[in-house]
Amino acid sequence: MSESTKPHPQGKGEKTHVGDSSYVGIDAILEQMRRKAMKQGFEFNIMVVGQSGLGKSTLVNTLFKSKVSRKSVQPNPEERIPKTIEIKSISHDIEEKGVRMKLTVIDTPGFGDQINNENCWQPIMKFINDQYEVYLQEEININRKKRIPDSRVHCCIYFIPPTGHCLRPLDVEFMRRLSKVVNIVPVIAKADTLTLEERDYFKQTIREELRANGIDVYPQKEFDEDAEDRMINDKIREMIPFAVVGSDQEYQVNGKRILGRKTKWGTIEVENIAHCEFAYLRDLLIRTHMQNIKDITGSIHYETYRVRRLNESNIHFSRVSVLCQSKKYFPYTQDIKF
Amino acid sequence: MIERPETAVPSIAQRNLEGYVGFANLPNQVYRKSVKRGFEFTLMVVGESGLGKSTLINSLFLTDLYSKDYPGPSQRIKKTVQVEQSKVLIKEGGVQLTLTIVDTPGFGDAVDNSNCWQPVINYIDSKCEDFLNAESRVNRRSMPDNRVHCCLYFIAPSGHGLKPLDIEFMKRLHDKVNVIPLIAKADTLTPEECQLFKKQIMKEIQEHKIKIYEFPDTEDDEDNKLIRKIKEKMPLAVVGSNVVIEVNGKKVRGRQYPWGVAEVENGEHCDFTVLRNMLIRTHMQDLKDVTNNVHYENYRSKKLAAVTCNGVDTTKTKGQLTKSPLAQMEEERREHVMKMKKMEAEMEQVFEMKVKEKKQKLKDSEAELERRHEQMKRNLEAQYKELEEKRRVFEDEKANWEAQQRILEQQKLDASKTMEKNKKKGKIF
Repeated sequence: MSESTKPHPQGKGEKTHVGDSSYVGIDAILEQMRRKAMKQGFEFNIMVVGQSGLGKSTLVNTLFKSKVSRKSVQPNPEERIPKTIEIKSISHDIEEKGVRMKLTVIDTPGFGDQINNENCWQPIMKFINDQYEVYLQEEININRKKRIPDSRVHCCIYFIPPTGHCLRPLDVEFMRRLSKVVNIVPVIAKADTLTLEERDYFKQTIREELRANGIDVYPQKEFDEDAEDRMINDKIREMIPFAVVGSDQEYQVNGKRILGRKTKWGTIEVENIAHCEFAYLRDLLIRTHMQNIKDITGSIHYETYRVRRLNESNIHFSRVSVLCQSKKYFPYTQDIKF
Repeated sequence: MIERPETAVPSIAQRNLEGYVGFANLPNQVYRKSVKRGFEFTLMVVGESGLGKSTLINSLFLTDLYSKDYPGPSQRIKKTVQVEQSKVLIKEGGVQLTLTIVDTPGFGDAVDNSNCWQPVINYIDSKCEDFLNAESRVNRRSMPDNRVHCCLYFIAPSGHGLKPLDIEFMKRLHDKVNVIPLIAKADTLTPEECQLFKKQIMKEIQEHKIKIYEFPDTEDDEDNKLIRKIKEKMPLAVVGSNVVIEVNGKKVRGRQYPWGVAEVENGEHCDFTVLRNMLIRTHMQDLKDVTNNVHYENYRSKKLAAVTCNGVDTTKTKGQLTKSPLAQMEEERREHVMKMKKMEAEMEQVFEMKVKEKKQKLKDSEAELERRHEQMKRNLEAQYKELEEKRRVFEDEKANWEAQQRILEQQKLDASKTMEKNKKKGKIF
């Protein structure tokens, strides 16, 4: 293998066939894409959803304070995290090895506070659909921008309270509705409540209940493209839901400053995989499956929404004519509802 | 001689004894009697599922109320709120305690939780009503006390404050039963978070004027100091566990985590010991007294006021309380007579039924016998006929044979006759 004289640097094990007459150079497109992506940067939107008091806002802070970006967030350490009352978006531009990423985390207020919690999922569903709507409007515009800003929610982290027994009816309802419009990743919140045996038992129970209720969480089985994907995703499916602990306070342990929670009987380290699975979650979301999540959002969830919306608007205009026709051919049937 | 002072209000003069009378033994007598009688205590636990109620009960009383073969309400999520009661008799040091645990599975679990406190209120009221009726009877030898003495309310450790459901429930129950709020699964909270949370809860409790159980002040200074310390720690943050783990060579009950062991009985880790001491060791009798004197009296006066106000009680009561004892006795006698009559009627019915059955049985056996008799007779006749037939055949044969014999004899005679004739003829020639 001879040294390349081409101007671009060597990629990961690229073969160069200088002087090889059968080499066309199609694989160079990977390098071109890479350069373009580095220039453009990536966007990723995560939403955290769950009952009040489960540590969503804390986890958001942990995500940013952890290896994703330590420098950008400097909150006042004395300030307690107050109760979230409206949907808040926090965006950060992060750069790593020349790759730029705009990570947006959308923090939602806790639901399930009231005595009667019917329809508490409405505000969240509305928000997600609104983001799709914005994108759709931009897409069907006549003069549309070259790169449509993507504010669609790519991934939704659902917080399950650590009861240790089974899913509550409210959680089941909520997840069922959300899994139809967005990728859901369920996590067990405040996992420092559960011992390791309780944690395993709880995970098993949750997985069974999700299966029994037909709730498809990410990674969805039906979108596995080939055997390799399936293998990787199966491993992840074994670990779902992740048991996470969030903290934005730093403590000194063994000479290192790490994020954790200090109690009288020990310190829980957030990034220690023996203590909790926060590192797995972060890696899944950002390191390995980010592109896949974005693809599924774009090609499946968004398309479903788009089809529905466009059909609605079509029917809205031609509804009168259809009704007249139907009355002619089916004079005794009821008014057809769309 | 000490002169009786002439006052309008007779005051109790204090005298000093000159010798040993012996009524210092009274507490011992009370003690012995109560020990013989045994104690009753009813504890109610309320809270969302998964907050560790069953585990805490098991830890408090060091028994497995809900064991693997009798799974408690935690293993199943209910669609509606139920009120379940389980009785257990525990003995310790010769003292026996009938402990009734009232659990409320399904509380706060549904999507729509309006009126989920109603079954609980109904239960408490019904127990008070039972006691009221038992108290008003003429014959009240046995008065079981099933009233709820204490209600432990479990607050989820969200770290923010009370939920509307918590506030609503406590407001409705604080004048029916002693409410003690607890922070469940307190090992979720760091000490600072715990402090903040407790302060927040107490603030909200005062805001909404919820009357939780107040510890009575005693004359003893030492006790008062302890009580004040307990009051500062309200609501108590508890952790429950019945699993024994070894820590530094000592066996303690606790929860094992990868980062350490949260000990249940360690005062620095949680307030479990405070709760246990308060509930069982020092204030159990006080809880019962408050239930009897305050909550029950409230219920009773409300109930009786309703009756006398309206003249007619809208809810049916077994004994009308406005009648005189004689009328009450009449009523009871009538009840008793009616009961007797009913029993008599029932017994007669049963008797008649039995007689009918027996008759039926006898008839059946008679018919059976008849049938068998007929059968045997038929059998016999058949056999007889057979025999007749055989005899006839035999007779026929005999007749035939005899006829044959006669013919043969005749032939022989003829033959001998002809032979003689021949002989005679032969001789003549």
